[in-house]
Amino acid sequence: MESVEHEDTKANAPSVIDRYYTRWYRADMKGKPCEDHCILQHSNRICVITLAETHPILQNGRTIKCINYQISNGCSRLKNKVSGKSKRGGQFLTDFAPLCRITCTDETEYTIYSCIRGRLLEVNENILETPNLLLEKPSTEGYIAVILPKFEESKSITENLLNRDEFENIISKRSSAQSQPS
Amino acid sequence: MLPLKEKDKPIIQKLLSAGCCARCILRFCCVSVQAAYRKPPEVRLMLQTYKSKDAAESETSEDPPNKRAKLETSITDAQSEEGAAAVVKLKDGDSRVCVVCLGILQELCGTTQITEAVKAGNYEFDTLVLSVSLPAQLCVREHSCWLHVKKEVREKGLVLNKDDVIQVKEAFKWIMQGMVAKELGGTAVVTKVSPFEVSVEFTHSETDADCHFLAATCPDCFKPTKNKQSVFTRMAVVKALEKIPDGKFLKHYPCPPKQPTSSCSPQEVQCLRVSVFVAGRYNKFCRSLPQTPWVIDGERRMESSVEELIAAPILSAFRADGFNFSSSGREDVDVRTLGNGRPFAMELLNPHKSRFSKEQMKQLQESSDKIKVRDLQIVTREAMSRMKEGEEEKTKSYTALVWTQKPIQREDISFIDDIKDLTLDQKTPLRVLHRRALAVRQRAIHSMSTRFLDSHHFYLRLKTQAGTYIKEFVHGDFGRTNPNLCQLLKTNTDILELDVEMKNMVLPFLCTYWYLFAFKCIKNCHFSLKQNVK
Repeated sequence: MESVEHEDTKANAPSVIDRYYTRWYRADMKGKPCEDHCILQHSNRICVITLAETHPILQNGRTIKCINYQISNGCSRLKNKVSGKSKRGGQFLTDFAPLCRITCTDETEYTIYSCIRGRLLEVNENILETPNLLLEKPSTEGYIAVILPKFEESKSITENLLNRDEFENIISKRSSAQSQPS
Repeated sequence: MLPLKEKDKPIIQKLLSAGCCARCILRFCCVSVQAAYRKPPEVRLMLQTYKSKDAAESETSEDPPNKRAKLETSITDAQSEEGAAAVVKLKDGDSRVCVVCLGILQELCGTTQITEAVKAGNYEFDTLVLSVSLPAQLCVREHSCWLHVKKEVREKGLVLNKDDVIQVKEAFKWIMQGMVAKELGGTAVVTKVSPFEVSVEFTHSETDADCHFLAATCPDCFKPTKNKQSVFTRMAVVKALEKIPDGKFLKHYPCPPKQPTSSCSPQEVQCLRVSVFVAGRYNKFCRSLPQTPWVIDGERRMESSVEELIAAPILSAFRADGFNFSSSGREDVDVRTLGNGRPFAMELLNPHKSRFSKEQMKQLQESSDKIKVRDLQIVTREAMSRMKEGEEEKTKSYTALVWTQKPIQREDISFIDDIKDLTLDQKTPLRVLHRRALAVRQRAIHSMSTRFLDSHHFYLRLKTQAGTYIKEFVHGDFGRTNPNLCQLLKTNTDILELDVEMKNMVLPFLCTYWYLFAFKCIKNCHFSLKQNVK
């Protein structure tokens, strides 16, 4: 009885993401295989950039050595400061603007990208202190950044993105490609 | 008997021949007896005796007979150009428009338009106040006539101050007030302050250009307007006339003024009753009702709203044109408001009916499965601004239905009851970040208590500081609220339902009918009314 109930509620569990956000994806970011990003778009048009569950960082038991928001000599995402209701001062990002560089303990390095055009509101500083959050909860507490697209562009930014079904198609194509003898 | 004197003779002569009407002549003679203006036939009679014994210009009246306004008068014409006791007569139907008042103190002193508008409006009122708006060029013409008689006056060794001349507006009101009062069945038409204002406006496009020369002579009086309205406002024109030297004025403007061919045009009479304020408390039982109408791109996204439901019966009973709604805080669409109810206040714009007893007010309290209104009462304007007072200082009580990902037992949640004064750091929740500034807010949860429901659900009651985001405390908002319930229970949690319990809230407005009465008495002594039109 108990376990049935448990399964039931788990299946029906309304997650915050399911209720308020739409999942969009960008696969093989900048041509790099499997570096998939997941963009959570809130109904109020704010977007949260996260790692898709297929991203290499989350595979093969990797652990994180360091996360660096300093993407160039003159630019650190940590210095991003917005003020006021209109979020003045936030760094404006394009699709391929780097957000941060993550180095894993096995010396693999990955760059996480913005994926959409918009104003950078904040980057997740919690993962600097607790990199494990990124591994354990990549879709929630391990988010990378929050971006506010321009009002006029709030619908058009999703034109270049894949929805959940399209993304799953790509994933299944990958696994069938892999299972084929080369 | 008219209070006219021998010294007024030259003024009367000059103004009559200049083309002034009888009432304007009385004004320039500084006659302040109101009754004099109301009885033009007498005026004419009296003026006769002061007409020059010398040859008077015979006023020819070749104008076609026009409709006679109620109070139009006639003066007997001079039969011969030589006249001993010359009598000036205007033929019946002569509609020679006065060069100063442009007909306002002549045929435009009709009450029909006003009384019709007031009756049509079907307002409830004890008193009314008349307000008049006249075209700015009247000041210019007045100034011109004043200069015209100034010389005569000075020659007699007398002084005629412009300020002593009775204003057109005043004379108009003296004439109209009594008549309007009578037509409306004895309503008191007061002179200073009344909650019910009837506005009359006149325009005269034919002579609008009369003011224009002032822009060249006194440019600093006329500021360019932001709207498309005329820059020649009454105030600006009066200011310019105060500054301009007589010589300069006479160079640019005829003295006496030119004869107009038409009278002023009356615009639509506007009736406005000053706003009435009501206040009360409301409970919200519905989880799909926004506070204000939810409209995006002209499309309504959610049916109805708290303010519309509350306003509906009140608006129709008061027969108001519109409303402004203000509440002491508000709740989300999906949150219920229980307990004593949340205080709110409403301004009712241009209410046609304004007197309601306590019993009648009770009838206007909306009650349904969505909303319940209580303590509805009429209050003062102060109530609106006081709605927002002290919002930050209050303590709020909430009940949340919490879901947990991992299965729980009673013992697992009992520790929550012991947590006291937990300080949260809440970053602006993502769900409101599009319209709020990004900031970190420290808020306190004073105490909590739990009620176990089943292995994945429990009720959580909270007493928190005002401004605490409860939903974000429960699900963590991507870890942007710390500490949060997920961390405390070491599992994913989410909030399924939220209710706010209104307690500990003293109504910010304390006015009962008694206070209202007392306040009204004080108000009538010296306040000026601010009026809003939606």
